[in-house]
Amino acid sequence: MKYKSQKVAYWFFALSMLLLVLQIVYGFVMGFARIGFDNLHEFIPFNTARAVHTNLLVVWLLSGFMGAAYYIIPEEAQKELVSVKLAYVQLISLALVGVAAIVGFHFNIWEGRKFLEIPRPLDYLVVANVLLFLGLILVTLFKGKRQTTTALVLSMGLLFAALLYLPGMLQFDSQVTDSFFRWWVVHLWVEGVWELIMGGILSFLLIKLTGVDREVIEKWLYVIVGLTFLSGVLGTGHHYYYIGVNKIWIIVGGIFSALEPLAFLAMALFAVNMYRKGEKKHPNKLALYWTLGAAIVSFVGAGLLGFAHTLPQTNIYTHGTLVTAMHGHLAFWGAYGMIVLAIISYSLPNMTGRKMYDSSIGRAAFWLSNVGMVGMTVAFGVAGVAQVYLERKFKMDFMAVQNEISIHFVVLVLCALVFTTGIALYIVDFYKHGKPTDEALGIND
Amino acid sequence: MLSKKQARAFFLGGTLVTFLIFIGLTVYSLSEGVDQTNHKDLTESAIRGKAIWESNNCMGCHTILGEGAYYAPELTKVVDRLNIKYDGNGEDVIKSILMSEGPWQPNGRKMVAYNMSEQEAADVVEFFKWIGKIDLNGFDRVVSPLAKDKQNK
Repeated sequence: MKYKSQKVAYWFFALSMLLLVLQIVYGFVMGFARIGFDNLHEFIPFNTARAVHTNLLVVWLLSGFMGAAYYIIPEEAQKELVSVKLAYVQLISLALVGVAAIVGFHFNIWEGRKFLEIPRPLDYLVVANVLLFLGLILVTLFKGKRQTTTALVLSMGLLFAALLYLPGMLQFDSQVTDSFFRWWVVHLWVEGVWELIMGGILSFLLIKLTGVDREVIEKWLYVIVGLTFLSGVLGTGHHYYYIGVNKIWIIVGGIFSALEPLAFLAMALFAVNMYRKGEKKHPNKLALYWTLGAAIVSFVGAGLLGFAHTLPQTNIYTHGTLVTAMHGHLAFWGAYGMIVLAIISYSLPNMTGRKMYDSSIGRAAFWLSNVGMVGMTVAFGVAGVAQVYLERKFKMDFMAVQNEISIHFVVLVLCALVFTTGIALYIVDFYKHGKPTDEALGIND
Repeated sequence: MLSKKQARAFFLGGTLVTFLIFIGLTVYSLSEGVDQTNHKDLTESAIRGKAIWESNNCMGCHTILGEGAYYAPELTKVVDRLNIKYDGNGEDVIKSILMSEGPWQPNGRKMVAYNMSEQEAADVVEFFKWIGKIDLNGFDRVVSPLAKDKQNK
């Protein structure tokens, strides 16, 4: 820890934790509704709970990415953040925009476009917020003593993520065209530029935790993000198979989607190999768990389950079913949730001075949250496959099928309880670290 | 052995080439002649219907073109399906659900009471009818078995 301005990251991470808790609460509202306990319908109907759940996911991850950038960039660029005050302004405005959006969803104020429900006026505030964030990060980076590959890849991911928000603000009369360009945002975020962010954070953590030479790690970082874009950009086509656009996307999307797991496989092999190769054994075991866990779980959730779901021959049956929710949950958790928790686990002891590197609470948090999420994924998968067979093969009515598969949502809720226990323990551990202090920073100087 | 410079060239070159192909395919697939989005048949009423669909976040429960929340039925070809189920009165059934002052609760799963006007409900039906005519590369027949039966007769 060398730069006092890094402690602004703590507050972004704290906001992340708060939003994650809220996201889980709304997840339970949906889980209970699916098994017939929809008692909150009058105040929180399913579509409200769903919009809140998915948008909070995006915002807590973005807050985590921003915190990661505020922590990583000063250290990589060897320069204090150009303005800590503006970073706090950006944090508060991010929280206010998020709260305004979430409250609005409860009063039927939204756009009704999956993942992009934030109403247009708030979109402009999001853009202003992200521009401020990018300004702070990029000016710090380019005024710094060095521009490392890790910092450049991370910043490039954040910059592209901001640019790709713009196609989502275009308005179309046709549902097909609307959906087509909505995927430019959603797909190219999660299966494109967010992987750059993940790769940048992963690279930073591996350099710090394993002691492997930066040049080696950053070389493979280029290969991985290269594979990501090579497969992921044209892999967007898997969203276009059956929404009313030309068949060319079935061929192109089918081929390039099948290649998408390569990037995740490379990331998992990269992380495990660097760990084995590293001579330095950093005492922060928890950060190492989350780092290696993110690389491995993302390969399973995003890579393997994504591959199974996006083959055109499979997707014609699984498109628009709970199979998508199966893939989505493990993919988001592995690739992005876990990497945010990894950078928090690494940076927290450095910012607070409390070296709780291998606490039993922290270990339990890791295992319970992962076991819970895998259980939820299996429950979604079984429900989804049953839905496909009953509804699309045996022509049963939608609601009759939903009643048949509701038992799987009981399992889902039970697994979600295990997951929630893990997250609660993680937050207890977060709280126990205390706040970042100048004294703690001084100790590390 | 791959150098860092070569790895960077692979990243930048691969990204540029795939983005250019992606843009080219986008232009191609939405160009006249190969476009199958049914854009030409879009009416003012269907456009208003889409706006109502979005402003009420119907996709937060239902799916359309296979996209949504999987909590309530897929609405691609819903007019056809309900016409078969209710002896040609599919449109009226949809309108009555949308205009209902009380919550619609089929099989115990609740839908918000939207209390729409006759015109608004008609616009949403027009939107569904327009959606139903899109060429979905075969998905429409998978997602709507009743409509598929009708086509096979």
